[in-house]
Amino acid sequence: MSNGKSCCCSASSCCSIEPITPYDKNDKWVTGEIHTPKGSVPVVSANLHFKDLLGAWKVRWGIGRMKYKINPGLYAIGKPDHTSPVLVSANYKLTFDALRKELSDLDCWILILDTKGINVWCAAGKGTFGTDELVNRISKTGLSKIVSHRKLVLPQLGAPGVSAHEVTKQTGFSVVYGPVMAKDIKAFLDSGFKASKEMRTVKFTMWDRLVLTPVELVATAKSSLIVFGVMFLLNLFATRPFGLEDFIAYTGAVVTGAVLTPLILPVVPGRAFAWKGWLPGLLWTSGFIWYSGWFAPPYLLLAIGYLLVLPSLSAYLAMNFTGSSTYTSFSGVIKEMKIAVPLIAISAVIGLVLLLINSIWV
Amino acid sequence: MKHRYLKNVATLGLSAEKCIGCGRCTEVCPHGVFSMNENKAQVEDKDSCMECGACAKNCPATAITVDAGVGCASAVIMGWLTGSEPSCDCSSGEECC
Repeated sequence: MSNGKSCCCSASSCCSIEPITPYDKNDKWVTGEIHTPKGSVPVVSANLHFKDLLGAWKVRWGIGRMKYKINPGLYAIGKPDHTSPVLVSANYKLTFDALRKELSDLDCWILILDTKGINVWCAAGKGTFGTDELVNRISKTGLSKIVSHRKLVLPQLGAPGVSAHEVTKQTGFSVVYGPVMAKDIKAFLDSGFKASKEMRTVKFTMWDRLVLTPVELVATAKSSLIVFGVMFLLNLFATRPFGLEDFIAYTGAVVTGAVLTPLILPVVPGRAFAWKGWLPGLLWTSGFIWYSGWFAPPYLLLAIGYLLVLPSLSAYLAMNFTGSSTYTSFSGVIKEMKIAVPLIAISAVIGLVLLLINSIWV
Repeated sequence: MKHRYLKNVATLGLSAEKCIGCGRCTEVCPHGVFSMNENKAQVEDKDSCMECGACAKNCPATAITVDAGVGCASAVIMGWLTGSEPSCDCSSGEECC
């Protein structure tokens, strides 16, 4: 492209210099541009830099998570031409990074849909990673002029939002669903678009569960500030003020429900998440009460109060983890909640009343 | 260890009559719920269904039905309290998937 004479740019009708996908020139992950009949396309690196890793760490802790996105449009990896495969993905930067780091030594196009910065699976559930957006993005980027074949590789987890036959009907592009995980893309492409059953199945490993817990913890810590505020106010006229022990008991119950339960999820007996949180919550609370010597007569009200409140809290937090899990059905969650929510509410209210009585009147 | 959730709750339905045997459902299901038998899809493991809706959305013969729903527990509770449908819309806040 350095040879000016071979380029037809002198004629205004062809080779528009308009970039197909706008990008920030300061972004390190863009390494250059590739020219297509429809305009220039940013070429992206298959390597992650420190800034990408830091960004990933931050969003895992809930910092700027809803703004971690890239421009939708077409990107290139390597030196793709009109015969190269087209991979479709979401514009959440964490998703985009997870994909491109698996594409080293490959020449392909990446079509990024506008999912409002949400990952493929959640966006498919909401419909933003969907048929309409895909059809629009194909026409906006002029994809049919850039590639000569008519095949798109979609992530399998995009399937809840995309109707493959509908896309074909509207655009002429056929849809092949690729593997669940980006790490299997190479094997998938090498085998002629075949995914093994293993590649088609969603897992939920301890690591998968661990990386999801910080966001839950941060959200709970924020609401906990209100709890601590109320404790502080009560302390102004309490006969038994709340102190460090109460703080530890509470924090332990939060960590049990929001972190420990997700980590040990498959080994806790039972199936309902609320139950899976309540049980470890009860063990933690009774253990802590025993350690603090609160099973003795002057503290019994306190002990019973905490036994009613804290395991319920762990149960609630664990139940909320159904929203992050990869295997709970919505009907199942509703069934579980219809039983668990009233029990949690009743137990928590009675326990709170006992704690109040113990704190102020006794 | 395979994760298992509540039994007999999934709303998945498959009409063998309508099925044209294209196998798309076995391609999109993330939990291996379907298998092919004599050019017809069959539900092999209904209790593994998480109601994501991928199969129904991609069935060209509309042979599959499932009530797909999204939303974390707090969104469901908000829905109960406000009388609205639970939504997984996290754009305003930081919680949820």
